[in-house]
Parts: sequence; structure tokens; C-alpha cells
Amino acid sequence: MNGNATAASGSFAGAIAWSVSRDLRLALRHPDETLLTVAFFALVASLFPLAIGPEPQLLARIGPGIIWVAALLAAFLALPSLFAGDYADGTLEQMVLSPHPSFGWALGKALGHWLVTGLPLVILSPLIGLQFGLPPDALLVQALSLALGTPLLSLLGGACAALSLGARGGGTLLAVLALPLFVPVLIFGSGATEAQATGIPPEAHLSLLAAGLLLALVAVPFAIVAALKIAVD
Amino acid sequence: MNWFYYASPATFYGLAGRLAPYFFLLAAVLTGWGLYLGMLVAPTDAQQGEVYRVIYIHVPAAWMSMFLYFIMACYGALTLIFNTRLSGMMARAIAPTGAMFTFIALWTGAFWGKPTWGAYWVWDARLTSELVLLFLYFGFIALANAFEDPRRGDRAAALLAVIGVVNLPIIYFSVKWWNTLHQGASVSFKGTSMHVTMFTAMLVMSAAAWMYAIAVTLVRVRSIILERERRAQWVREAVKA
Repeated sequence: MNGNATAASGSFAGAIAWSVSRDLRLALRHPDETLLTVAFFALVASLFPLAIGPEPQLLARIGPGIIWVAALLAAFLALPSLFAGDYADGTLEQMVLSPHPSFGWALGKALGHWLVTGLPLVILSPLIGLQFGLPPDALLVQALSLALGTPLLSLLGGACAALSLGARGGGTLLAVLALPLFVPVLIFGSGATEAQATGIPPEAHLSLLAAGLLLALVAVPFAIVAALKIAVD
Repeated sequence: MNWFYYASPATFYGLAGRLAPYFFLLAAVLTGWGLYLGMLVAPTDAQQGEVYRVIYIHVPAAWMSMFLYFIMACYGALTLIFNTRLSGMMARAIAPTGAMFTFIALWTGAFWGKPTWGAYWVWDARLTSELVLLFLYFGFIALANAFEDPRRGDRAAALLAVIGVVNLPIIYFSVKWWNTLHQGASVSFKGTSMHVTMFTAMLVMSAAAWMYAIAVTLVRVRSIILERERRAQWVREAVKA
């Protein structure tokens, strides 16, 4: 625990701020993990043109889907370590026992995960999109859909990571739990860019993503806390 | 009457053993009757010919796949709220049967799809969400078995089941929301667009699938109870007898 723990005032905002700043500080002290996620994202997205062939029309057609699958896998990559360190050294138990609103710090944990793994992908995605020859307006929609979708991945993935804490089969189990829940996000996320590329307004997909994100923001932290309480019980 | 009497695994073990044969019998009788109605009595479909008869397996299996998940999630909620032991065991006992019905629904759907749509599989909203349901069942089973302490497995899997309930309305309404290749529902609370014999046969087959699911769950929960309570005195006496 660092000094900030005593500064948290017991309010929601305080709990969120404490857990986000703590996770960001930890990420800054070990920047290699974030860089690895970004490198993984770029690498996976680059494998497809090599495997499928460099025809521009085909790449522009499949680009949005590939970028989304790569983002999904990259977001998944950092999930096992989301709670594992805190669980192993007992910090998590103290967090669950602490009087600070658990909803707040659980939301902050997911937010921290997104800032470290999701946000870099959003920023990098136009560059990868250019590699696939996506038109400029599609690049914008792509970044927007990722900006709405990756926080959703962090929240859902956080709940699954909390559920599988201390379980046998670690990462594989987490994949079986999390990836099916990611499917709707993937469908609407890649659907937005694809709609834009074929001349249909992408608003419907983006609205559904935003609605899902709002719903997850108020509901999923409860699930994360419930799962963590089972884990430290 | 004490409603909590059978909430104890020890008393429920005996009750499940007494009830299971009746449900097996019901399932067998209903299956025989339903198959007779569906295969021999019901008329040939005007558009699809004889191929439509897969409906008598496909629709009951698809209904049960969703219904069993819902029941499993209800037992999960009981586990989380009241921390009862039997509810966790019941949820575990239902999961394999639910996964089997989901698989049957997908499999028979593929056989129905080939002659009518020209493809075993299409990436349509209902098929995809049903496939996600299958993976949810797999995730539930894997998570329940992933811990040294079975009670922790019960509770973690229960929470997963409750989260996964979000998928059920998506499957159910997918044919309405996305107007896809999969046909819309022929049966609703307002009535049915089907021939009366076809409808009866489908209902009888659904009842048969339901009774089978209950019977198998009761048998499975008995083994789970025995395994979990193996150190209890009553189990030693029950096994010896």
C-alpha cells in the first residue's frame, strides 16, 4: 500500500481516484508491460496481411474486423495480472476490508486497466487502420468504436479476472470465461467501421456500444466486488 | 410443512432417488407419444416437405437450452444470496444437461439448415448467440471445477451464471431485433401459426425433454452429494446399505 490509502476520504470519487492513481503509478514504474500490450496489438494486426496476402481491396474489407480482434486479444493479455499481484500479497484483502466504497475502487481498477491497455490501442488504431488502407472517415469511426468498446472490455474482463482468481488453469480458463462475453462488443465495434466503409451511418452501432458501456459502468463493478469477495473469503 | 427440510443434501439425496424413476418413466412415455405424433400423425409441411420434422427435436432442445440456463442462474442466485449448499450442487448438476441440449439445438439446426438454407452454418444472430450460450455452459463447468474448495467453485460459478443471463434475452429476441435468416417464432402466448397436430407433438416433445432434464439432474445431483459429503456419517451408512 502506498501513502495515498490514508488520503482517500471514503467517498466514491476518492476511492476511484486512489485506485486509478495507484494502478497508473505501478504501470509507470513498469512501462514494459504497457509497451508489450501495444506491441502485441500491432504485431497481431500485422500478421493477417502477411498470411492473407497484400491485395488492398481485401485488406480494406477485413481491416476493421482484424483490428478489433487484435484489440480484444491485447486487452485480454493484461487481464490475468489485473488482480493477481494484489491477491498474492494480501493487498486485495485489505481493500475488501477497508471502509472505502468497494464500488469506487473496483471501478477504478477497471478504469486503470483501460488507461494502461485500452487507451494506447485507441490512439494507435488509426495507424494500423492506415496499414489496411481504410479511408480517413472510417479511421475516425474505428477509433471512436474502440474508445467506446475497450472500456467495456476492461470492465467485463475485470469481472472474469476476479472470478478466476486462484483457480487452476489460469489464463486458459480466463479466456473461456471472458471471450464469449466479449462477442457482442466485437460485433458492434467492428460493425460500426464496416457500416461506415460501406456507406451506412455507423451511429446505430456506436449508440449500442455507448449504451452497453453506460450499463456496464453501473452494473459490472458490483459483479467485480462480489467476485473479489468470493475470492478472499 | 417445513420448506427447508429438503434444502439439506442428506434429506434431498433420498427424495431425489425416489423421484428420479418417475421422471424417467414420464420422459420415456412422452418421448414415445411425441415421436409417434410428430413422425407418423402430423402432416407434411407444405413448403419444407418432410425435412421440417427435425423441429420435434430442434425446438424442444433450443427451449430447454435457454430454460435450463435460467434455472441454473436461479440456483446460482440462491447460492449467492442464502449461501445454501444444495443450490450450488443443483446448478452443477444442471450444467452438463444444458450444454447437451444447446449442442443438440445447434447440431439439429445444422442438419435443418443444409436442405432449407443451403448451408450447415450461417453467422446469423440467433446461431451466434446460441453458440455463445454453449461457451457460457462450458465456462460455468470449467470455473466450478477450477478450485480446490468446491464451495468456492460453487459461488464463483454461480456469479458467472447470473452474469451470463444477459445472453438469454439476446438469443430469444435475436430473430426479432435483427430480422435474420433464422425464421421467427411460430409459437407465442397469443396462439400459434402451426397446424394443431404439429403444435401438440412439439409441446409433447418439449415436455419429454423437460422430464428427462429433471430426471438426469436428480441422478447427477445424487452423485455430487455423495462425493461432497463423503466424510459424513449418513453417507457411509447409505453406501453400505
